[in-house]
This record gives sequence, structure tokens and C-alpha cells, in this order.
Amino acid sequence: MIEVSKKCIGCSKCVPVCPFAAINMIDRKAVMNEACTLCGACVQVCPVQAITITREEGASRDLSGYKGVWVYVELSETGDKTHPKKIKQVTFELLSAGRRLADELGEELCAVLMTDKDQNYAKELGAYGADKVYMVEHDELFEYNTDIFSTVMVSLVTRHKPSVILYGATIQGRDLAPRVASTLYVGLTADCTALAIKDGLLLQSRPAFGGNIMADILAPNSRPQMATVRPNVMKMGEPVHGRSPLVVRESAKLDRSLRRVKVLERKIAHDAAAVKIENANIIVSGGRGMKTKDKFKQLEELSKLLGGVVGASRAAVDLGFKEKTHQVGQSGTTVSPKLYLSFGISGAVQHIVGMKASDVIIAVNKDPNAPIFNVAKYGIVGDAHEIVPKLTEALKKLKK
Amino acid sequence: MHIAVMIKQVPDSTEVKINLETGTLIRAGVPSILNPYDHFALEAALELKKKHDFKVTVISMGPPQAKSVVQLALALGADEGVLLSDMAFAGSDTWATSYALAKGIKKIGKVDIIFSGMQAIDGDTAQTGPGVAQQLGIPQITFCEHVDVDGRRVLARKQIDGGHELQEARPPVLLTMIMGKDYAPKHPSFLAVSGSLKKPFHVWSAADIGAEPQYLGLKGSPTQVNKIYPPPQREKAAMFSGSGQESVEKILEIMKREHFTE
Repeated sequence: MIEVSKKCIGCSKCVPVCPFAAINMIDRKAVMNEACTLCGACVQVCPVQAITITREEGASRDLSGYKGVWVYVELSETGDKTHPKKIKQVTFELLSAGRRLADELGEELCAVLMTDKDQNYAKELGAYGADKVYMVEHDELFEYNTDIFSTVMVSLVTRHKPSVILYGATIQGRDLAPRVASTLYVGLTADCTALAIKDGLLLQSRPAFGGNIMADILAPNSRPQMATVRPNVMKMGEPVHGRSPLVVRESAKLDRSLRRVKVLERKIAHDAAAVKIENANIIVSGGRGMKTKDKFKQLEELSKLLGGVVGASRAAVDLGFKEKTHQVGQSGTTVSPKLYLSFGISGAVQHIVGMKASDVIIAVNKDPNAPIFNVAKYGIVGDAHEIVPKLTEALKKLKK
Repeated sequence: MHIAVMIKQVPDSTEVKINLETGTLIRAGVPSILNPYDHFALEAALELKKKHDFKVTVISMGPPQAKSVVQLALALGADEGVLLSDMAFAGSDTWATSYALAKGIKKIGKVDIIFSGMQAIDGDTAQTGPGVAQQLGIPQITFCEHVDVDGRRVLARKQIDGGHELQEARPPVLLTMIMGKDYAPKHPSFLAVSGSLKKPFHVWSAADIGAEPQYLGLKGSPTQVNKIYPPPQREKAAMFSGSGQESVEKILEIMKREHFTE
């Protein structure tokens, strides 16, 4: 809790620094309102140390009354009148996973949606299992912003007390979730690959040390228990159309002054290659071993013959062989196609974590000790730039 | 302006193994390195220092041996180094780590820009940066590729899902860096290494930074590791080597067997 002692001299220095506009001067004394998230910005600027924040001790926190599994609904970055923002696939994957958890707990599955314009989203969320949709509609929610979205999320959690919250481990989810976790002093586990209920708690499994070990994580003494999950990790269930979830409309007091970071310019990759590789069934990927940009181009034809999409390692992108939107890996896109065919990729950890969930990996590399062979099902030791054209020719013949 | 860079010493994750019997990590013999993402963050800060003559202070939290990454940062051009080291920090999850780092940064004094790597390669959580920003009550821009300063404007080109944005904030602000192509990790010269030994270096305990014990270490961490274990083993790759033509035939055979071609 936050307290203002008698030492307060009414200087108002804390008022403008509060990111949540939660401080009013009443009778020349700072008074915090319910928008306060205990972030501590005011404590720092107070010249007379009149403000103190005390947090509840872990073990003594009251966990009763926290019920329900929530999924943060992520919308695509851009939309206009003719192309409204769409719900991202990872949301449906999380709802499918969340449904199982909610059933096991015997609790509700709720979707949390923040937008400037409701596009009848609830229907879709219901089809993937949501019992309830918390809908916050406000002009200030027209684009993702850390300050605005975390403020809304924190206030919803405080009001409704969910037991579990799942976020996509997307750039947005990985920006929002830690901010919320830090504010609420609750546990957050990143990039979970499996979620289960154990003795009423959320058991979160995740890889660590570049995937060399797995860890099971619990957050027994705080609520909500929060986790992020990468796209393409949880299986998306079949939608059941016609289910309509209960829509709970929530108000939010938001204004522009909360927004401390401004977007000056946005560039969306219009060929949407990143989206294409994220959902591709077959990926033909190349790395440094393709030697030149021209040789790398041969992968296009090969992937077309197989009905796939071209991927690239970070090295290939850095060398200018392929656009960044095709990059597979930690700093690119995580993929899990049915077939991942790689040429001249040695398999740096950052690449491997982005593709190892593929069903079948066939790797071609000159170095028999290349780490990519540790995750591949089939390893071919050989020169990628020699094999690619030959394989392309052979496949062409096969097609005839 | 004054820039703080948060860095971490990590085991080279490509070489970490697990003891199958005890389920614990075998860290012995595994080289420790500066987290590669943090190296990019440091280079971004040092470039601003070069351009604008800013002061750069690096801060790390870890056991006494983590001193070496702070020393490396000093050799690369940082002005001052801080290591938060105390048994009380042991077992800290990202919440408790963020709490301690935020306290350490407050002790450094007035800081305008805080850099960190987007994530560390040992945990891959990407949570500590936003956690520190929240604890300090300042805004954050995550997944940055490039950062510029123009007067009192901090301009960051950052990744978003499916594209990029140019974002602007006023200091103080925290930025987390990806390993983009605008910065390249450098190695220090021998001269720079010996010169760095004279730079100010502080080792601070929990008491030094005024951290409250109940928020540190295991006790202060909301998450607990219940169990660690080896990842489900994939079978070792079926290996093949032969001439180019033989390799092509092998690939065709595999694709047929796996039903990708007829």
C-alpha cells in the first residue's frame, strides 16, 4: 500500500511524474486515487520522503477470491475501415490451452480485449472456448502502447482477480506482461512450452539455457499466475461456431497524457512474409553456406516446387541474402512447419530455438559437427550450394 | 546525459549440459561470456557516448566473478562500473532481479537513458528490462534496433510483430536492444584492457543499495523452480554423407518416406 505522511509539504512535484495520473492535491497534501499502481515514480521525486510504499509479504498475501483463466487478446498492428484489425492466431492457440486449464480448475475462461473499435470479436473468441469476454473499448486503445495497455490490464486484474493470465510471447506480449507482473508483484514465466494444473497451481514448463534444459515453474504465493507462450507452440482447437460468450464491457479512464512513448512512424512488411513463414507447412531455409545472394535465390524455386516458403538464418539476413521478414529464430520468427529443410545453416542457438519444434527437419551442412544436426531428424553432410540446384532439377523431373 | 547499461554474465548456453542423475546444471568448464544482447546494448550506448560525449555507467548483478563482464565493458569504453553482489541476491527471479537493479540504478544517481539487452541467453525471458522500467516508474521501448538522441528526444527504431516502428520518448527511458545489424560487438585492445583497470569500479551489497531483504533472492521471488530436467530427447539425426548426386537422391528418398513427395 502507499502512504503519504505528515511530512508532505504540498509541493506537487509528484503530480506530473505519476504515469497513471493517480495523484491529486487535496488540502495541500498529495492523495492517491485508485489508478495508483504502486509504481513508485512519486516516491523518487518527493523532496521530503513523505511517500512510502509497502508491499504485502509474499506468504501473507490473501489468495482467496482469485478465480478464472484469462487470455490476453492480441490484435494485428494495423487496420482501417475496410480492413479492421484481426485477432492474431496465437490468441486462439492460448484460448485452446486455457480452455483445458479452466476445465481442470472448474473455472471460467475469459478473454481480455482492448480496442478502439469492437468488430464483433466476441463471437470468434467464443468459438475458441471463451466463456466471457472483458471488452474495453476506448479511443486511446487505437494502437498498442505499454503505458496505456498495462494501466488497463492492471486495473482489470485488480477489479476481477483472475487466477491465471496467458499472453502470447510476441513482441507485444513480451512488452506488456513483464510490466504488469512487475506492477502487481506476481510471477511471470516466459515462453512456456507446456501448461498444466498441479495441486490447483499453474505448472509452467519452459526451456532454458538455449533449450539445453527444461524447467517446471510455479508461482504458489501470488496471483494471478502469469505466463507467456510463443506462437505455434500450443495446438489450436477446432472452432465451435454459434457459442456466444458473455460480454462484459469495462470502462477505462484514459487520456493522451498517459502515453509517454509516441509512435512517429510505422512500417508493416506488406508482403507479410513473416506471417507467411509463421504459418507455413513447408519451409526451405538457407544460411551463410549458400555463399552468395544469387545462389540463395535458387531456394525460391526449390521452395515453390515443394509448395513452401523461404526462410533464412540470421547470418543470411545480415549478409543481405534475404529480407529480415524471412528470418527464422529468436530475433526473427518462431516456426513449426511439417517440414523444415535447411541448407548451409550451422544452427546457432538463436536459430535453433526458432525452428526446433518443426515436425521433420532435414539439414544439409558441410560440417558434420554442426549443431543443427542435434535437432534434425535427417542430416546430410554436403555442400548446400551444390545440392540445391541438383535437388531442384530432380524435383522438376519428378513433377513431370 | 548519463547512460546506464545493464549487463549480465551468462554461461555460453551452447555448452551447458545437465547431470542426468541429479537434474542439476553442469556449469564447470563452461565458459562465461557477456550476454550477447547486452553487448549490443553496450555498443549502442558507447556510440551515443562517442557522438554526444555522454557518460556511460555499466551495472551488473551476480556473483563476484561477474566482475569480469563489467571489466570488459570498461575496457570497451564505459566510464564507470558497478557490480551488485551479495548472497542475499541468490535465487532471485526476474521480479527480484529487477527490484535490485532498480535500487542499484537509483544509487548511481541521475540517469537519463538505461540500456539492456532484450533478453539474456541463459533465461530468454526478456522480463528484466521492463521490470526495471516499471520499478523506476519510467517508460520503456523494447526490441530496439537502433537508438539516436536529438536534444532531449530519444528516438528508437524498434521491431513490432510484422514490421518496425520509430518511437520517441523523453528521458528518463529504458531501452532493450536486439542483436540488429546497426551495431557490431567489438573486442577491446590490450591497451584498453590495462587502461580500464584504473576506471572507477564499485561493488555494492544489498545494504549499500538500500534493498529490503524480503524482496530479494528466493524469498522475494514470486516464481519458484519446481524441477529441472533434460528436454525430451529427439533421436539423433540419421546422418548421411556422399557425393552431391547421392545426397540429392537421399533427400528425395527421405521426402518420399515422410510423405512430402509422391
